[in-house]
Amino acid sequence: MTQTITMTVNGREARVEVADPDMPLLYALRNELGLTGLHFGCGLGQCGACTVHVDGEAARSCMLPTASAAGKRITTLEGLGTPERPHPVQAAFIAEQAVQCGYCASGMIMQSAAFLAKTPRPTEDQVREELVNNICRCGTHPRVVAAVMRAARG
Amino acid sequence: MNAITNRRGFLQAGAALTVAFSVGLRPRAAAAWAEKPVAADEVGAFLSIDAQGAVTVYVGKVDLGTGVRTAFMQIAAEELDVPMARVTVVEGDTALTPDQGATYGSLSIQNGGVALRAAAATARREFLRLAGERLNTPPAELRVEDGAIIAGSRRVTYAELVGGRAINLKVDANAPIKPPEARRVVGRSAPRVDIPEKVFGRFHYVHDLKRPGMLHGRPVRPPAMGAIAEAVDEASLRDIPGVVRVVHQGGFVGVVAESEWSAIRAAQALRVRWSDWAGLPEQAKIWEHVRATPVAQVQVTSERGDARRAIEGAPKQLAATYDFAIHSHASMGPSCAVAEFQGDRLTVWSASQATHNLRKQLAMMLGVEAEKVRCVYMEGAGCYGRNGHEDAAADAALLAKAVGRPVRVQWMRADEHGWDPKGPPHLVDLRAGIDTQGNITGWLADAYIPKGAGGNVDLTAAELASLPREQILSPGNIVHNLAHGYAMPAVKTTCHRLETTPFRPSWIRTPGRMQNTFATEAFLDECAAEAGADPVEYRLRLLPAEETRGREALERVARLADWQTRASPQRDRAGAVLRGRGVTYVKYELVRTYVAAVAEVEVTRGTGAIRVTRFFCTHDCGQMINPDGVRAQVEGNIVHTLSRVLKEELTYDRRAVTSLDWASYPVITFPEVPPMTIELIDRPAERPWGAGEPAAAIVPSAVSNAIYDATGVRMRSVPFTPAKLLAALRGA
Repeated sequence: MTQTITMTVNGREARVEVADPDMPLLYALRNELGLTGLHFGCGLGQCGACTVHVDGEAARSCMLPTASAAGKRITTLEGLGTPERPHPVQAAFIAEQAVQCGYCASGMIMQSAAFLAKTPRPTEDQVREELVNNICRCGTHPRVVAAVMRAARG
Repeated sequence: MNAITNRRGFLQAGAALTVAFSVGLRPRAAAAWAEKPVAADEVGAFLSIDAQGAVTVYVGKVDLGTGVRTAFMQIAAEELDVPMARVTVVEGDTALTPDQGATYGSLSIQNGGVALRAAAATARREFLRLAGERLNTPPAELRVEDGAIIAGSRRVTYAELVGGRAINLKVDANAPIKPPEARRVVGRSAPRVDIPEKVFGRFHYVHDLKRPGMLHGRPVRPPAMGAIAEAVDEASLRDIPGVVRVVHQGGFVGVVAESEWSAIRAAQALRVRWSDWAGLPEQAKIWEHVRATPVAQVQVTSERGDARRAIEGAPKQLAATYDFAIHSHASMGPSCAVAEFQGDRLTVWSASQATHNLRKQLAMMLGVEAEKVRCVYMEGAGCYGRNGHEDAAADAALLAKAVGRPVRVQWMRADEHGWDPKGPPHLVDLRAGIDTQGNITGWLADAYIPKGAGGNVDLTAAELASLPREQILSPGNIVHNLAHGYAMPAVKTTCHRLETTPFRPSWIRTPGRMQNTFATEAFLDECAAEAGADPVEYRLRLLPAEETRGREALERVARLADWQTRASPQRDRAGAVLRGRGVTYVKYELVRTYVAAVAEVEVTRGTGAIRVTRFFCTHDCGQMINPDGVRAQVEGNIVHTLSRVLKEELTYDRRAVTSLDWASYPVITFPEVPPMTIELIDRPAERPWGAGEPAAAIVPSAVSNAIYDATGVRMRSVPFTPAKLLAALRGA
C-alpha cells in the first residue's frame, strides 16, 4: 500500500513512506521530516510560502507530488544555511530586518537564493520581477528587495 | 515588610516553563496549570526573576509579527537595567499572563508596554529598597548595572534578592521611570529577536506544533454560508487511509485523520447533502443594500453650530459619497490551532490576538467553566485583526472533543478567504458649504457602519453547530475619525449604526478610522479644489494653531516631498501618462499619533492603470521604543493599505464568497510597491502611542487626491481599479 520514496534532502539521503505518491512534497517535508521552515500558504502555487529548491531550482512544494521528488536533490530553508554559516540571503534578511510575521520569508529567501545563483548582479527591478509571485501581507517588500540587493553585493 | 515571598505555586509555574519539550517545540506543556499571579495590578503578573537572574516578562498583548516582543524586552531591560539577552517573553497564555485585552487598536505599546514599564519600574524601586537595607545604603546612592545593585565595592544581584521567588507587590503606575537622558536601550533601534530563527527555519509557529498522539482535522464548510448539512456520507471516504472520524452537527462538518494529507483528501472527498441557502445580497447592489438596512442607533460623534443651515446658505455647495469595499484579512498562512483535552481540561494553542477572550468563548461553546480552558498564544501568520485563528481553535476543540485525542486544524486557502470575518462595507455621505473666499461654512458627514462595540466575534463552529455563543454583532469598523480636528464654524458628523451587515464583521487594520479618514481627507481635497487653494496650505489654514505637532507633521511631509504650492488638479492633462500628487493628514482618533503623507501617482489614460510612484510619510507617535520597529510598521501600513486601496475587493454570489484564492482576490506585488520616504518624529519625553495602525489611515485619501491632481477625476470608491478610473475618465 505504502510506497518508499528516496531523495536527497539538505545533503542527506531521506526516505519517506507515503500512502499516496501524489501527496505534495510539502507534507512529506513538514510532517515526515520535520522541516517546518517552509509553510503552507495556498496549496495552489500562487503565494510562494512553500518554496524549496529542487536540483537547485526554486519550486513550489505544495504543487509537487512527493513521488516526483524521487532521486532529486531537495534543499529547504534549514539546509540553505545556519546561524554559524548563513547563506548570504539569510544574513542580508537579518541585516535589513526584512521580516515581520515571517510566514512568507522562507519562500522569499529560497526564491531569491536560487535567483542569485543564476543572476549574481541583478538590478532592483529584476529582483522585483523575480519575486512577483511571492506574496507578503505585512508589507516587507522594500526591505526584502534591499536584502536581496545586499546579498548580491556580497 | 518584605515584599518578596516564596510561593510554591509560582515555582511550579516557573518550572513548567522549562520542562523538556515533548517534541522539540516551545516549552508550553499542557500540564502547566500551576498558579501564578495574573492580575494586572500585580508586579508578579508581569515579571519573574529566576535564581540565575534571568528575567521573564509576561504580557497579555502578543507579537502578531509586528516586533512588539522585542520592544517589550527593551522596556523591561531598560527599567530593570539588565541586558536584553537576559529577558524572555511569555505572551498571551491565560494561565500565566495578565489579561491586557485583545492585541488590537495600535495599543500594545501605548497600553500594554506602559503597563509593563510601570511594573518594571515598581520592581526596580523595590529592589533598590531591599538592596539599600542589605547594603545599609540609602537607595538614592545605589546604582544598578547588569542586574546588580552596587554601593561602592559592595553589590547584590536581583537573583540574590528575589531569584526564584514570586514578586509580591502591587504595580504603582507612578513609580519613577528612567528619564530620556538616562535611557540606554529604549529609544534605540534593536534588532528583532525573532528574525534569526525565522530566517533559519527554526522558529516555531503554531502551525508547527506537534503533540503526542496528535491527529489532523479539517473543517468542511458549507457551499452556501447559511446551509445545514442534511446528510453526510461517510462511505465516500472509504478509499482514504487513516480517516478517524467524521463530525457532523448542524452546519458544522469536520473530518479527523491520522495524517494531514488524509484529512485534506477526506475534507475534499466527503459527500454532504447541504440544504439550500441564498441569503447574501447581490454584490452589484451592495450600496443599495447598505442604505436599505435598518438603522439601530444614530450616533452623533461631533456637532458644532447648525451645519445643515450653514451649508444651505452657502454660495457653493458640494456633496459626495465615499464607499469602501468589503475586505478579507487574507492572511498568508491559513488559520491554525491545536486543541488537546486532558480529562475535562482543554488546552488550545492558537495565534489568537485575544487568548483571554477566546478562553471564555470556547468555554461557552463547550458548556464548561472558563477555568477548565487554557489558551496559549503561539505566533501565526500576520492577521491584521481578528481573522480566522479563533475559529480554527473552535474547530480544533470540537474535533478534539469528538475523538479524545489532540487535533491540529489548519484551514485551506479557500477556508481562509471564504470564512474569515470580513471588514464590512463602509459608506460615508458628505456635504459642505463654501463661501466666496473658499472657506468651509458647514460640514456634514453621515457614515453607515454596523452597530455594536468592539467585543468578541462569534466562533464559526459555534454558529454552524448552533452551540452557545454571545450572538452580539461586532461592528468591524468603528466610528473614530469621522469627526475631524479642522476648524469650521459648523460641523455635524453622524454614524448610522446598522442592524445587520452581510458578512460576519470584524476589524481589519485601522478599522473605521481608515474609511472615515479616506472620506474626510478626500472630501476636504474637493473643498480645496473648489476654493482654488493649495491642498497643504488649505489644511494648515484649517488646523488650529495649538495643534503644533499636527502642523509640524504636515509641514515636514510637504518639505520631504518637495511639495510645489499650487491648486489641484494640475493643468496639463492632455498626455497619455498623467502625473499628480496628493496630501493627507490625520490625528489618530483625534487624541494620538499624528501622520501626514504625500502620494505621487502616474495614471495611464488609455487603460486607467494607476501606479503609485513615490510615497512620503511623517509619523509622530510620541516616544518610540524601537525606532526601526516603528519604521517597519509604517512601511507595512503603507504597503498593506496600497494593496487594499488599489486591488482588494471581496467577491460573492448570493450563497458564498467567490474570491477564494490569490487569483480572485489579488493583492499588491513587488513591482507595484513604490519607494517610500519616511520621517519618524521622535519625542522621547512624550508618552508612547501606537504605530501599528495610524499610518494606514492616510493611504486611501493620499492616493485618491493624487489621482485627482493628475487627472481631474475623483476616485471615491475603494478599490481604485483601472476599470473604475477608465469609466470616470471617459465620463469626465
